[in-house]
Amino acid sequence: MSSYKAQFKVWRGDVQGGDLEDFTVEVNDGEVVLDIIHRLQATQAPDLAVRWNCKAGKCGSCSAEVNGRPRLMCMTRMSVFTREETITVTPLRAFPVVRDLVTDVGFNYEKAREVPAFVPPADLGPGEYRMMQEDVDRSQEFRKCIECFLCQDTCHVVRDHEENKRAFAGPRFLMRVAELDMHPLDAAEDSGLDRKTTAQDEHGLGYCNITKCCTEVCPEGIKITDNALIPLKERAVDRKYDPLVWLGSKIRRRSS
Amino acid sequence: MSVVDRQEWDVVVVGAGGAGLRAAIEARERGARTAVICKSLFGKAHTVMAEGGIAAAMANANEHDSWQVHFRDTMRGGKFLNQWRMAELHAQEAPQRVWELETWGALFDRTKDGRISQRNFGGHEYPRLAHVGDRTGLELIRTLQQKIVSLQQQDHRETGDYESRLKVFQECTVTRVLKDGNRVSGVFGYERESGRFFVLEAPSVVIATGGIGKSFKVTSNSWEYTGDGHALALLAGAPLLNMEFVQFHPTGMVWPPSVKGILVTESVRGDGGVLRNSEGKRFMFDYIPDVFKEKYAESEEEGDRWYEDPDHNRRPPELLPRDEVARAINSEVKAGRGSPHGGVFLDVSTRMPAEVIKRRLPSMYHQFKELADVDITAEAMEVGPTCHYVMGGIAVDSDTAAARGVPGLYAAGEVAGGMHGSNRLGGNSLSDLLVFGRRAGLHAAEYAASLAFERPAVDDTQVDSAAAEALRPFSAEGPAPGEEDGRPPENPYTLHQELQQAMNDLVGIIRREAEMAQALEKLAELRVRARRAGVEGHRQFNPGWHLALDLRNMLLVSECVARAALERTESRGGHTREDHPAMERTWRNINLLCRLTDPTGGLAATDPVRGQIALTRETTDPIRADLLALFDKEELVKYLAEEELYE
Amino acid sequence: MATGTEPHPNSGGVRSGTRAAITAPHLRTDRWWLAPAVTAAGLLAFVVYSTWRAFADTDYYAAPYVSPFYSPCLAERCETMRSGPNWEIFGGWWGISPAILILVFPLGFRLTCYYYRKAYYRGFWASPPACAVAEPHKKYTGETRFPLILQNIHRYFFYAAIVVAGILTYDTVLSFRDEHYAWGHMGLGTLVFLVNITLIWAYTLSCHSCRHIVGGQLKHFSKHPVRYKAWQWVGKLNARHMLLAWASLVSVALADFYVYLVASGAFDDPRLF
Repeated sequence: MSSYKAQFKVWRGDVQGGDLEDFTVEVNDGEVVLDIIHRLQATQAPDLAVRWNCKAGKCGSCSAEVNGRPRLMCMTRMSVFTREETITVTPLRAFPVVRDLVTDVGFNYEKAREVPAFVPPADLGPGEYRMMQEDVDRSQEFRKCIECFLCQDTCHVVRDHEENKRAFAGPRFLMRVAELDMHPLDAAEDSGLDRKTTAQDEHGLGYCNITKCCTEVCPEGIKITDNALIPLKERAVDRKYDPLVWLGSKIRRRSS
Repeated sequence: MSVVDRQEWDVVVVGAGGAGLRAAIEARERGARTAVICKSLFGKAHTVMAEGGIAAAMANANEHDSWQVHFRDTMRGGKFLNQWRMAELHAQEAPQRVWELETWGALFDRTKDGRISQRNFGGHEYPRLAHVGDRTGLELIRTLQQKIVSLQQQDHRETGDYESRLKVFQECTVTRVLKDGNRVSGVFGYERESGRFFVLEAPSVVIATGGIGKSFKVTSNSWEYTGDGHALALLAGAPLLNMEFVQFHPTGMVWPPSVKGILVTESVRGDGGVLRNSEGKRFMFDYIPDVFKEKYAESEEEGDRWYEDPDHNRRPPELLPRDEVARAINSEVKAGRGSPHGGVFLDVSTRMPAEVIKRRLPSMYHQFKELADVDITAEAMEVGPTCHYVMGGIAVDSDTAAARGVPGLYAAGEVAGGMHGSNRLGGNSLSDLLVFGRRAGLHAAEYAASLAFERPAVDDTQVDSAAAEALRPFSAEGPAPGEEDGRPPENPYTLHQELQQAMNDLVGIIRREAEMAQALEKLAELRVRARRAGVEGHRQFNPGWHLALDLRNMLLVSECVARAALERTESRGGHTREDHPAMERTWRNINLLCRLTDPTGGLAATDPVRGQIALTRETTDPIRADLLALFDKEELVKYLAEEELYE
Repeated sequence: MATGTEPHPNSGGVRSGTRAAITAPHLRTDRWWLAPAVTAAGLLAFVVYSTWRAFADTDYYAAPYVSPFYSPCLAERCETMRSGPNWEIFGGWWGISPAILILVFPLGFRLTCYYYRKAYYRGFWASPPACAVAEPHKKYTGETRFPLILQNIHRYFFYAAIVVAGILTYDTVLSFRDEHYAWGHMGLGTLVFLVNITLIWAYTLSCHSCRHIVGGQLKHFSKHPVRYKAWQWVGKLNARHMLLAWASLVSVALADFYVYLVASGAFDDPRLF
């Protein structure tokens, strides 16, 4: 087992201001960035604020930016860096900072509330649901999401343009719309809610320019862009820009 | 004294894991204005770590399954110490609770005919676990979270405010349950982000804070598992039940050191994974205890056939209840047949094609690849026991989930005791959360409604002393009474590490009388030092302060575990005594209850010998005759005393 | 560029007032600029080459090969190609290169393609240049308004691209002739065409709109087993959409260049049989 001293720069401060602070800290075999942050807490900076929970990449709490890239600290192994490298850890830079590595992620919870929930079919009671595996596969992929909000953090639509936060739900919650629209038993349409249209009109799908950073940073490996956002854009096209589909649905609605 | 923000609610739920959220949903649907308080962000609770599934006798995979079979398995798993009425309700109601999740949007894996797929698990006679790959806990928590959001959307449509009837106070910690006489009157807590104190006044409080694993060094539990709810109940005057029963999950990661303890799901074995020692032997065949002899395969061939044809073969012993497997692994390692890093080998790579492994165990594949550089489709995992779950907990009424002796206090989930007896079966935890979470929410709401016009009053002196207690770590510089000057305050991180080491070494998976006595001395010492735990900085998101406050809870709960473990002179389920290796039928109907020595709830008493916890024994109610009739006589004689059998 | 001396930067984006006060627009230490730079260079090279070839109006036919840039050739001024594909839909009034008439369609297809959009938004617009690297623009409205809202018509270009790919397939069949239009022969050019048309089809069918149309739009795959199979198949191709986009871009340029070499006499097409 080998250990060495690593150079760390950790952002410390709050909304009033702050700075990158230098630390020299021991690193052992097999450790991840979160272990090092914990060592700093236990030995050098007991009040260093950081969020974490499961330390196994399942809860999505310890999101931060390591060397400028949005990552889960518990899933970033120290062995991906050279021993000479200075490792810079900052809070997520798309959200207001609270203290040190902790940010105010309230934006995401607000957006979550704006997506209308699953609408259960009126004619099925508990225990009567029948769904085929191939029909739930797509939505299941999106439900792997651990809500680490790294995709929300990296998305330039809100990261670089604070003013877009009002109109844009962000990749995580557009994916939630896609998940519900692909749910085999979601009865939103029967209740007068067309998720395909509202994706664009209310959740800001049009802001997405499919540059795929959300997919790049997703620690769960969900193909957010290819499997959720682009299909959702195509579904919006069905409703809004495709006269053939539009005509077809009109006729079918009339005949049924 | 600090100015404290006060709000009025009908039901306050402490904890936002599966049980807490299910309780909150039920209370809100019953018309109670409900507040949920959680230490982490909403949706991050430890429930997300549950992997295998939710046990419910829906009989989708095997038509012979029924609640009676599930009840039987649960009682066997718990070695008949279970609060049998809870086990009965649990087995009966679990399918409803699972189906209900589907109506809230959950997407379980499916059978060929479109129903919920069910998988095998240790101790369950039939495939019974509804699951989503190996991330069932995430699905559960997300579904409940989204159900809460949908209720908030409904409230928003009706009142214009999302939080008018159901609000989540995230990143807040409760440090005291407040009382008016013997009744609950609310909770006192602080916001982690700002450090500000608050009081929620409410006639009903549901405790759903999960477990105590963070008192042990090697654990699968997250930082939140500091036994807060157990301590809150104790301090409020409610007893804890059978705290000696702590489940060590047989398969945690053992390498690298930084991830030691992280869970390797039981589904690995349920789906065909096998345990081998360093000699390549499937050693579990040597560890089938007598009470299970008829139920498990005697040869590898029979065990392997069982996956395909479970009706005509017996299951492999890798699927014995967790306590048996954990002890077996422990023995193999002690006998020098362990793996290089002190575990044993768990192998799926030779049992299934790589594609199947990646599909059925995606997060295990991911976890080993990312954290240990091990490709589980090509090589065996190294695993060893890890502290996983506490069967003991707040003593509750089986039907209402009401804590004993404190009107208005309810408990559900891991923090409640009794349901699982001396050992919990895999998959029974998630169903427990749902069944008893709902019951707690239901009865808490009814109780609150009954007090609508005579709400218990919050006592200001209790609020003041709670605030003083919470602020003490900031003024810990001074010497303790009777000690020499100039000693620096204790570092809470150091105290925590020493506590974990002591519990792991002295009250761990195999217990001895002398070691537990030593543990009690160590706990007394830590208790004295913890009073001088000091913190730097200010109140805004200060993890050192948070830990200093959590230490109180961990020390209380650890003492309960150590004292009860010392008292119970037998081995049963999650409690193994090297000096009393046999299961004793005379202990079968004995519960151990922990209470505060000083019932006023003050924690001034630091007398190392006396400690803070007093134990009492209690004889349990006899198991109802129709439930006993579900078992064969031959089986019952192994567990029950003569006179219990022929009543 | 931030100098690190401001007390609290407040210039929008990652340097908005409430966010962690870090002056650097990004802290990435890897070569994040490499990918957009290579993308931009590659696309630029193709634009320069194709512009030259499209407006050249010469050396695009050497029997039996027609440059994919000029197929189908729809003006009176086109060179004569026996059994096409040249149809004089546009009469003599069309004064410039006939390539322009037809290149609009593949160009539109690629311009609105979900992959190319990513490539040029990142490579040319720097919106964003790379993940977590601040973009230089003050305002951003994405594809919500004119002209970028037109990206939504991608599927119509996909339909057109199917037709174009069909014609290029026809060209490839015609390339199984020799220079005297006798059937049953093959030259090196035939191989070039075969490779090109395979890549063109693979790229066209791997299109996200195609994936949507064949099955992605369905709510219940289980009720449409054939379309489900098709969707899975397109999905496999779609996972390689970027690779196919580049491969077919290079191959179409190479096919054109090959015809140019043969037509201009710089190279003699080796006959295989």
